[in-house]
Amino acid sequence: MTAGLRSAVQAGLLGGLVAWHASLVGMIEAFHNRRLIGDTITLGYIWLAGIVILTAYLAARHKPPRMALLSGGIAGGIIGLSLVLLAFLINTFDLRAILNAATPNLVELITFNLGVTNPLGDFLPIVVGACVGVVAGGLAVLPGTWQRTIATALVVTIMIALLRDIFVALLPDSVGGFFFTSRGMTIPGALFLLIVMGVLVWLVASYGLPGVQPAADAATGTGRLEEPWKIVYLAVAAAFLLTFPLWSGQFLTNVTVFVGLYIIMGLGLSLVIGFAGMLDLGYVAFYAIGAYTMALLTSPEVNPAPWSFWAALPVAMLTAFLAGVMLGMPVLRMRGDYLAIATLGFGEIIRILALSDSLKPFMGGAQGITRIASPQIGNLVLDSPEQIYYLVLIGCVIAWFVAARLKTSRLGRAWMAIREDEDVAQAMGINRVTAKLLAFAIGALLGGMSGAIFASFVGSVVPLSFALLVSINVLALIIVGGMGSLPGVLVGALVLVGLPELLREFSDYRLLVYGAVLVVMMLFRPEGLWPEAVHRRELHKETVPLPETTEPVTTSTSVSTSTSSVKD
Amino acid sequence: MDEVLRAHHVTKRFGGLMAIKNLDVQVRPRSIHSVIGPNGAGKTSFFNCITGFYTPEEGEITFLGRPIRGLRLDQIARLGIARTYQNIRLFSNLTTLENVLIGMHPHLHTTPFDALLRTPRYRREERAAEQEAQRLLEFVGMHGKEFAVARNLAYGDQRRLEIARALALRPRLLLLDEPTAGMNPRETENMITLTRRLRDELDITLLLIEHDMRVVMTISDEITVLDFGEKIAEGRPQEIRADPRVIEAYLGSAAVEGHDRPPPVGNATPPSTPTA
Repeated sequence: MTAGLRSAVQAGLLGGLVAWHASLVGMIEAFHNRRLIGDTITLGYIWLAGIVILTAYLAARHKPPRMALLSGGIAGGIIGLSLVLLAFLINTFDLRAILNAATPNLVELITFNLGVTNPLGDFLPIVVGACVGVVAGGLAVLPGTWQRTIATALVVTIMIALLRDIFVALLPDSVGGFFFTSRGMTIPGALFLLIVMGVLVWLVASYGLPGVQPAADAATGTGRLEEPWKIVYLAVAAAFLLTFPLWSGQFLTNVTVFVGLYIIMGLGLSLVIGFAGMLDLGYVAFYAIGAYTMALLTSPEVNPAPWSFWAALPVAMLTAFLAGVMLGMPVLRMRGDYLAIATLGFGEIIRILALSDSLKPFMGGAQGITRIASPQIGNLVLDSPEQIYYLVLIGCVIAWFVAARLKTSRLGRAWMAIREDEDVAQAMGINRVTAKLLAFAIGALLGGMSGAIFASFVGSVVPLSFALLVSINVLALIIVGGMGSLPGVLVGALVLVGLPELLREFSDYRLLVYGAVLVVMMLFRPEGLWPEAVHRRELHKETVPLPETTEPVTTSTSVSTSTSSVKD
Repeated sequence: MDEVLRAHHVTKRFGGLMAIKNLDVQVRPRSIHSVIGPNGAGKTSFFNCITGFYTPEEGEITFLGRPIRGLRLDQIARLGIARTYQNIRLFSNLTTLENVLIGMHPHLHTTPFDALLRTPRYRREERAAEQEAQRLLEFVGMHGKEFAVARNLAYGDQRRLEIARALALRPRLLLLDEPTAGMNPRETENMITLTRRLRDELDITLLLIEHDMRVVMTISDEITVLDFGEKIAEGRPQEIRADPRVIEAYLGSAAVEGHDRPPPVGNATPPSTPTA
């Protein structure tokens, strides 16, 4: 009993610390300006509630129901209390000289606009915190299907409220007016959506999607699509993707082009990291090489006889491929951390070369190269996001095709073997030099393709676009999506590239949220959002051994001492 | 040519330690040749020298008349030497079938381009490879477990899968490192039968390290005894059983002096706990 309570108090204190941090970096106040649902529920409150819910859920996990509710309530109440204390502190001392974000507005926000001098204002946050905590504690004792249903419905509703502008633009006014206000969602709209989403998710979670064969073993297997349904799903997806720029508007298409470029890179890096198990932190180098090759060949600034996009694209990809081989050769013997550091260095070398003064006459230095050619079909110049979208879509399909087919081939098996046990793989006749070089080079080729399209789309290249952060983003999207999983790359790119682009207004806090998301992911779902079977097995080792084969190996020659001893 | 494998004056050092000293071994075709000796005698080091995990400092190893010292692991594997490991080293997160298919790697010839385009050649080869893998699994008695994850297999099955994976290389010489370690009598019996079938039905020459003297004496055609990296005896099982140097190596010199007739080595099994 006391141990359970102590853990709840500990969780509450930790959650309080997180809430303090979020408040004092200015996140809460900035998010408070965004009204999400009705007039009172702002993104700031949702964020704080998120902290409470997560803390209370953790405090209540694996406890009997009453204890769970109590623990959740205590944890939530303590977070509320810590926020009230923070409000007092800000009100009494002027902390703004040190902490920029410790403003009176924050105090108002915490006390629900009642002020610290009002006893109700001090009391209310604690009660609200405790109530939210109890609800989250209750969530922890519900069956898994219900937990997933409620969590998904909540997240989807909040996401739709956040992305209000996009949905308003897509929906007719009559429908949009019911769901959305001028800043966020209406309360009835949000409730309606919450219930509809809840029912949908619950139905899918309990009965599965039509045509999807559930995995025989949930821990290690993946579901399978039945044949006629596969075509239906593919057709729906194809129709959606092909018509997307026609109805989505330029902004959304623009964002999608960037997501697509990251998907191509993600698929390429997935070959290297996910399939062959080589941690490459310098992947941006190939993206840069693809982009600069495109620029050097097609821009009249640096090339007196500029090439067309279509002629330059294969050359850019080939250059990246060769660069992959060149990087691969010296680092082949390295494993793990050493490989990561070596590739990291390679990525920086390329960027610094592009930036260098001595190469400025060729590469443009910090100003980069502009006037890069757009792709042209006949007289049609593809330079709008809608047109480039289709180019990127084709690129994604090709990259997907390459990754998916290689994965199940002889080469893909060799990569898996190397990832699992390099020495034994070699003793099975696998030439690790060829296998690793091919992984590096094919991954690089896809990165180069992405870079070349990027250069042509933006029309210019500058060294700044090829910072280490690109490599890290691609790595992060692979991890969030699920190592070695191809659909995971899509999901990861949408979440880590698409969402931040759509939520530009909060870009100050982008990296903070990014980091938090990665930490939470690693704690609760290390296999990623859409995991691949082999990696899931790696992370869930507690499976039960199968029973021994019972049929005898022998046919007639068996020296059956065991049976004779049984007769004795 | 009289021998499949010939080690000639092989020496392997680790710093000041001589793991193998001036070792001469000849393995005749279609024989079951055991390497025995106390713990630390250099048996596994010898295996590592043959398969290319280690390169001996001195001497030469020839396989079917070809010198193989200094070749890479994969080159040696492609010549037809496969092995299993004392501490089982399967690709543990992959399925049984995938493990065997990986072993088939050197015998598949389609390029990545074939895979990308799914050429008829590629599809034919993949289908044939899968059938052969199924046959091998059937041969070792693991039919019906193609899609089980290797890590989840029972211990005996893991040993058998390692053999199936090694067989996928279509070896002429198979090195088994303590195939019966940690097995119960029934499993051991099955393993003895399987080992014999490998020789009789698949024409594979076997070199094995084994601690269980009963197994060694039952199946070996030839036995080499190592002690402190040196060969101290070699011969047929009955010769080895009676060799005083062998008894001394296993039991210490007191055992030889104290008895008129040395006890059969079969009973003098050293602690046969699996060292893995």
